[in-house]
Amino acid sequence: MTISTPLHIQPIETYKNERAIPFCPGCGHTLILRHLDAALLKLQIDPTQVVLVSDIGCVGLSDQYFATNAFHGLHGRSAAYATGIKLANPDLHVIVLMGDGGMGIGGTHVINAARRNIGVTVLVFNNFNFGMTGGEHSVTTPEGYITASTRAGNPEQPLDICATVAVNGAGYVYRGTSFDKDLPDRMAEAIAYDGFALLDIWELCTAYFAPNNDFGRKEMMAMLDALGMETGLIQQRPLAEYARRMQTMAERARDQAVMPVHDIEPQFEHRLRDKFHLVIAGSAGAKVRSAAKAAGYAAVLSGLWATQRDDYPTTVKSGHSVSELIFSPDEIRYTGIAKPDALVLLSADGLNKVRGHLARMTEQDVLITTPEFADVETAAHKIMLDPRQADVRITRTNRSLMVLSAALRVLNIFPIAALEEAVRRFQSRFAHENLPVIAASAKLVGD
Amino acid sequence: MTREYIDGASAIARGALKAGCNFFAGYPISPATPILLHMLRELPKVGGVGIQAEDEISAISMCIGAAMSGASAMTATSGPGISLYSENIGLAIMGEVPLVIVDVMRMGPATGGATTAAQGDIQFVRWGTSGGYPIVALAPSSVAECYTLAQRAFDIAERLRTPVFLLPDKEMVMSMATVDVAEYEDIEVGKRPLVPAPRAGNGSGVKINAVTGRPDPRLRPEETYLPYDFDPIDAIPATSPFGGPHITRFTTSSHDEHGFLTKDPVKVGRLNDHLRLKIENRRHELEFGRLERHEDAKTLFISYGTTARAMREAVERSHESGEPASGLTLHTLWPVPENLILAAAEGHERVVVAELNHGQYRREIERLLYKHAAQNRQAPPEILGLNRVDGELITPEQFLEMTP
Repeated sequence: MTISTPLHIQPIETYKNERAIPFCPGCGHTLILRHLDAALLKLQIDPTQVVLVSDIGCVGLSDQYFATNAFHGLHGRSAAYATGIKLANPDLHVIVLMGDGGMGIGGTHVINAARRNIGVTVLVFNNFNFGMTGGEHSVTTPEGYITASTRAGNPEQPLDICATVAVNGAGYVYRGTSFDKDLPDRMAEAIAYDGFALLDIWELCTAYFAPNNDFGRKEMMAMLDALGMETGLIQQRPLAEYARRMQTMAERARDQAVMPVHDIEPQFEHRLRDKFHLVIAGSAGAKVRSAAKAAGYAAVLSGLWATQRDDYPTTVKSGHSVSELIFSPDEIRYTGIAKPDALVLLSADGLNKVRGHLARMTEQDVLITTPEFADVETAAHKIMLDPRQADVRITRTNRSLMVLSAALRVLNIFPIAALEEAVRRFQSRFAHENLPVIAASAKLVGD
Repeated sequence: MTREYIDGASAIARGALKAGCNFFAGYPISPATPILLHMLRELPKVGGVGIQAEDEISAISMCIGAAMSGASAMTATSGPGISLYSENIGLAIMGEVPLVIVDVMRMGPATGGATTAAQGDIQFVRWGTSGGYPIVALAPSSVAECYTLAQRAFDIAERLRTPVFLLPDKEMVMSMATVDVAEYEDIEVGKRPLVPAPRAGNGSGVKINAVTGRPDPRLRPEETYLPYDFDPIDAIPATSPFGGPHITRFTTSSHDEHGFLTKDPVKVGRLNDHLRLKIENRRHELEFGRLERHEDAKTLFISYGTTARAMREAVERSHESGEPASGLTLHTLWPVPENLILAAAEGHERVVVAELNHGQYRREIERLLYKHAAQNRQAPPEILGLNRVDGELITPEQFLEMTP
């Protein structure tokens, strides 16, 4: 990482502003913020290029005491804001100031920032309890310790923050205490590290955790030993930083056309005088919607207005798939279909969804289906098409297009050449498979 | 006539990109996922960043962080995701973050019906964060409007420094429709007011405020402008992105003009009035809709989104039937476009508010028309609801049954 050259000719003497840090006497937060100032002084970064991101809890007040940019957000979400800040401007030095409370409610953002290797520095002000709300236990309170919400001793195991982020991709991981003399050096190292860095800094809450547990510096060191969590520099390795990777991707994609309008000039004649409602009822996974979409494009290529409304369950390749198409010489507003003029029935899944339509259809309407549904009850005129007559191999996925193509030949709303052109122009990836299917559908209608 | 065959998701993404959107974070959810996929694919082409976040809270948080670093940001979700956005929507209001939030409405409550159309989030987006401040929400009722209103949403979000909702529904986003290409309307999209570069002092020892260009004794040593200074009270404060030439403070808590936390009742009261008035005093700039008035009509239909499509068909058919009706399609839902609605209701005996919920917007129409009638000592029109919450669309026939 290149550290931005300071704009100032004089070296910066402090990154603090003149406001007095307001924490309780002996609170670890004051010490850590002093170390942060020292770390920034070592690096001499332009303060306009530093963003301190805090969230909620006593530590959330901290950003107000620095002469840098500041973002004070919602409880535990600081790593997610920091991710957005870094992605929008990868040159920024983004430093997250969060507590063990924030780690509990927003740990997922920290883990995911580590996993992605977002180039932010996370300082965890870890004092094993919620100071601001009255000393309740947090995810880092060790077992047995007394807090406002664990008066009989904490029954929970503490979260090992460093191990968690280290195993999930963090490039720089350090654990220490607010008393460590070399903390400014470690912080400066972390801020200069081009990737995700986290420092878990253990410290005293002199308002609650310390008095509740007769806990001081000596006891904290003993607790650290007893828990057996790793200390010092736990992990440091070079990894590609995410925001830079995104920049490289953008450079590769730059100047490609951005969602151009695929305009369609009518090139075929249609034979409709009124609105025509066509329902295609089949099974999910059988390409019902893409076959219907080709028909819609074909209609528009023939000078018609078209709409397509799909109905399917939340599963992907099981259950029904019903597409409702409207073709009209005039603009279509309402896209629902009360009763189809034609219904193409492809499967039992589809049949279950269109029984209402079949009951409403009259002898003016037409049901186009395959021989296995010959006995379906409806007043509609029935036309049977047998895909087995085609001279191509019928599969689950080409059967929908096969029967729909044959149906469109029967209905003769627009020429079949319009469907072929639609497939060539708008579904070109599959055209080599689908054009022979459309051609073969001629056999089903006997020409 | 040149046409396009396209769905609303593509039109929203294209409109957003046209408006200069260069950051998108989202989390997959039906029926908003197609917008996520378009943005992830397209943003690198414009040098922007698209990311699939680990959850909805993260998605909107990333957008807010990016927006304050100067990006034009958008996110898209559906009702369950808006629930998770709620707290950060409040933050975006408080910090005055330009942000476009697409809520592709689906059947609720809770997970409801993921692939079923509904319009049940109308009051939810209005009141869905603590504290209750004005919000802007736009509802497209055609694919072409998805394109134009996406741009409009960015324009308002940027100029007013506020989150703006775009409220399509499953039908609008996922159905294919034919668009007359001439209907794609581009609008000029404004930008948030930015602070000019810092000024050198004039030797008086008092620093120069980069916004006003005048000496400003309120400026602290590290400051070159005041990030939350609004004069008059409804003015949109100029801002500077993180990484710009100024130091900028952003906060979700009650704050003073410096962006420091405060409990001073005068400053807190003024801040909260500012957040309200900056939208309310601009209501007249935010009234978008389309009125199809028939001079002999006794009935006015009011609707929005997908339901307005059936309404427009019913209005056309009513003219042939001898019982003509007028139709008002609302493009602005919040703030309530009061002048537009009052003007449309004028001369009608009956107002029918049609929506795919149990009458959420009818409350606003009733409030407005009853209050107006009371103030003017007139009899209000009869106000009826046409509602459906079974996953099916309201049909043109249902509209026509509501005429006398």
